[in-house]
Amino acid sequence: MTDTAVRSADRAQARSADRRPERRGQAAVWRKRAEIALFVTPALALLVAFVVVPIATAVQMSLYRWKGFGPMVDFVGLRNYVSVLTNEVFTDAVVHNLIIVVGSILLQLPLGLAIALLLNRKMWGQGLLRTIIFVPYVLAEVIAGVVWFQLLQPQYGVIDTMLAAVGLQGPEQGFLGTPEYALWTVLVVLTWKYLGLAVILFLAGLQGVPDELYEAAQLDGASWWQVQRRITVPLLGPTMRTWGFLSMIGSLQLFDMVWILTGGGPANATTTMATFLVNEGTKRQNFGIAGAASVVLFVIALVLALAYQKFILSRDSKEGGR
Amino acid sequence: MRGTTAVALGTTVALLAAACAGQGSGDQGGDGESTGDASTITWWHNSNTGEGKEYYDKLAADFEASHEGVTVEVSAMAHDDMLTKLDAAFQSGNAPDVFMERGGGELADHVEAGLLKDISEPAADTISKLETYMPGFQVDGASYALPFSIGVVGFWYNKSLFEEAGITEAPTTMDELYDVVDKLKAAGITPASVGAGEKWPAAHYWYYNVVRQCSADALDAAIADVDYSDPCFVKAGETLDELIATEPFNKGFLTTPAQTGPGSASGLLASGKVAMELAGHWEPGVMQGLTENGEGLGEDTGWFPYPSIDGQQGTEGAQMGGGDAWAVSKDAPDVAVEFAEFLLSDETQKGFAELDMGLPTNATASSSVSDPALAGLLDVRDNAPEIQLYLDTLLGASVGGAMNDAIALQFAGEATPQDVVDAVQSAAEADQ
Repeated sequence: MTDTAVRSADRAQARSADRRPERRGQAAVWRKRAEIALFVTPALALLVAFVVVPIATAVQMSLYRWKGFGPMVDFVGLRNYVSVLTNEVFTDAVVHNLIIVVGSILLQLPLGLAIALLLNRKMWGQGLLRTIIFVPYVLAEVIAGVVWFQLLQPQYGVIDTMLAAVGLQGPEQGFLGTPEYALWTVLVVLTWKYLGLAVILFLAGLQGVPDELYEAAQLDGASWWQVQRRITVPLLGPTMRTWGFLSMIGSLQLFDMVWILTGGGPANATTTMATFLVNEGTKRQNFGIAGAASVVLFVIALVLALAYQKFILSRDSKEGGR
Repeated sequence: MRGTTAVALGTTVALLAAACAGQGSGDQGGDGESTGDASTITWWHNSNTGEGKEYYDKLAADFEASHEGVTVEVSAMAHDDMLTKLDAAFQSGNAPDVFMERGGGELADHVEAGLLKDISEPAADTISKLETYMPGFQVDGASYALPFSIGVVGFWYNKSLFEEAGITEAPTTMDELYDVVDKLKAAGITPASVGAGEKWPAAHYWYYNVVRQCSADALDAAIADVDYSDPCFVKAGETLDELIATEPFNKGFLTTPAQTGPGSASGLLASGKVAMELAGHWEPGVMQGLTENGEGLGEDTGWFPYPSIDGQQGTEGAQMGGGDAWAVSKDAPDVAVEFAEFLLSDETQKGFAELDMGLPTNATASSSVSDPALAGLLDVRDNAPEIQLYLDTLLGASVGGAMNDAIALQFAGEATPQDVVDAVQSAAEADQ
């Protein structure tokens, strides 16, 4: 037999082998489809009920003037969007969100990395230290907020008392009550709260760096510093990029901590998009404006998330494909 | 496997059926009520603890006993829970038959949305007894709720701290108040606390200045014409600026909460860290809850009304305050109106007063108030020529919220008196 003959025989066999289960498996295919439908339907129903419908309702709400009861009848078109986007409090809130996005990454990335590298070395009390750093992240946000609020009380709070003990004086209105300091104080509290997440993720990422690379580097005579720079940090890249994404989305939606610490004040110095829309909705009953603000927040988060995917996270999937 | 699926499916169907059934019976109930089947009245209130709850349960039972075939379904809830549930009930159109309203713009919004019953005719007798308090609960001359507890806002102070600072008499004019502030500061005492973190406690200062600087007619006209250009509103803000300039408030007042925790405005007064606070009739009760011995300031509790301002246009002795009223929902049976009237009867209000559940509006019950601090306040209220409803309640959530935010900015030194008026004006225009 020639090569071609063998090949065509193979092909024929392959073809018939292909066809046989197809005919026999018509039922199997349907069965599979039914299974998919059965398993996907509940998840899909939940997604529609708790994600799609609320988003659609928010969009609908944003086109009406509505006080929260009675039928939605006062259609105002895009007027709510105009009033949100021209509202200085809202545009400032967007800036505050962006400051927190950038500030969180700039503070937590180097700090988290440094702590993860330190904790990755074999040393005494390693487990305890890891726990201590991770504890704030496990605490409920509201509880952490109330504790910090008490600590930061001017005059009677622990921090002011400690400052006074060493002869210093905190700002007259307290760190949270002074517009110039309030946002930065919130940022410090957020760093305390979320540093643990960065550290834990980076530590997990470090476990994935193969020991052989370190051994090879050691053989080549690389210093500890060089090893970190040339091997550890580059290989941690995917973890850091994923963490950055989580951090960014969290910062954009920031609500609880600000609500507890300052309620968006003093003088709107710490208002975020989320506190703005909750204030408009629940306190002022301007559900249309709150709806418009929530749609704007959604769009901003979506655009930034897609951009992050495209320009930063895509590097990881390409690397994986290689 | 198949058995599990069947069970799961069965459960789902059962749940769906139950949900549909629930929906159905709810609708039927609603229909039944509106066609006058008067057997059940649903009543929501916020006295959910202790004697107050028992008293309200007893009232419901008494009413059932005197009205054959009528059942009163009582739901006692914590105040905030009640507000949340009411909001949801208004949205779904399933409001209880008798519930609490605070009057003003909020009530007007509810009337506009068709949620409340006009009770002017059926409750005419009771309304005539409550005349002084009715304006905040009427829309276009029709009455929609019966106020059962109305309090006024004033300064609660610590008598022994005032004594310590050598203050012998409560101030009656703003200038005297500034003197009091100076004397307290000289004695090393923080004069006042204010929960500006929650905005409304700070806003009360501005409201009172408006009540003093503006005549009642000027305020009514401004609201009716959506025109706040009368100079008295800016003057009110200027008086506030004067007061803020004396730096009377606790450190960090811009983020101080009103009533929660020892660091709140009420907590600071209760623990003797400040000498006074501008607050409503709830203050002694709140302070009791914030002190370990449950006594608040006890014997040291003092009260004086908001001082007058030289050259003011507002009526001398006018007070600002507000309170709660029983409203009847549009679809409620007629007997629900009778029940609301029963809640305002001489007997009911006397019992209400004896338990210090609030400040009764029925004049015959005034003498039954046992708490001395509240009794003193009641005198001021009963002798007041006018009682102006809290301005944020009066103007409704939308305008009121914008106003409170702007006043909080003024407290932070970031808004002028004119800015506050402008904020009110533009919010009122947007609300039209």
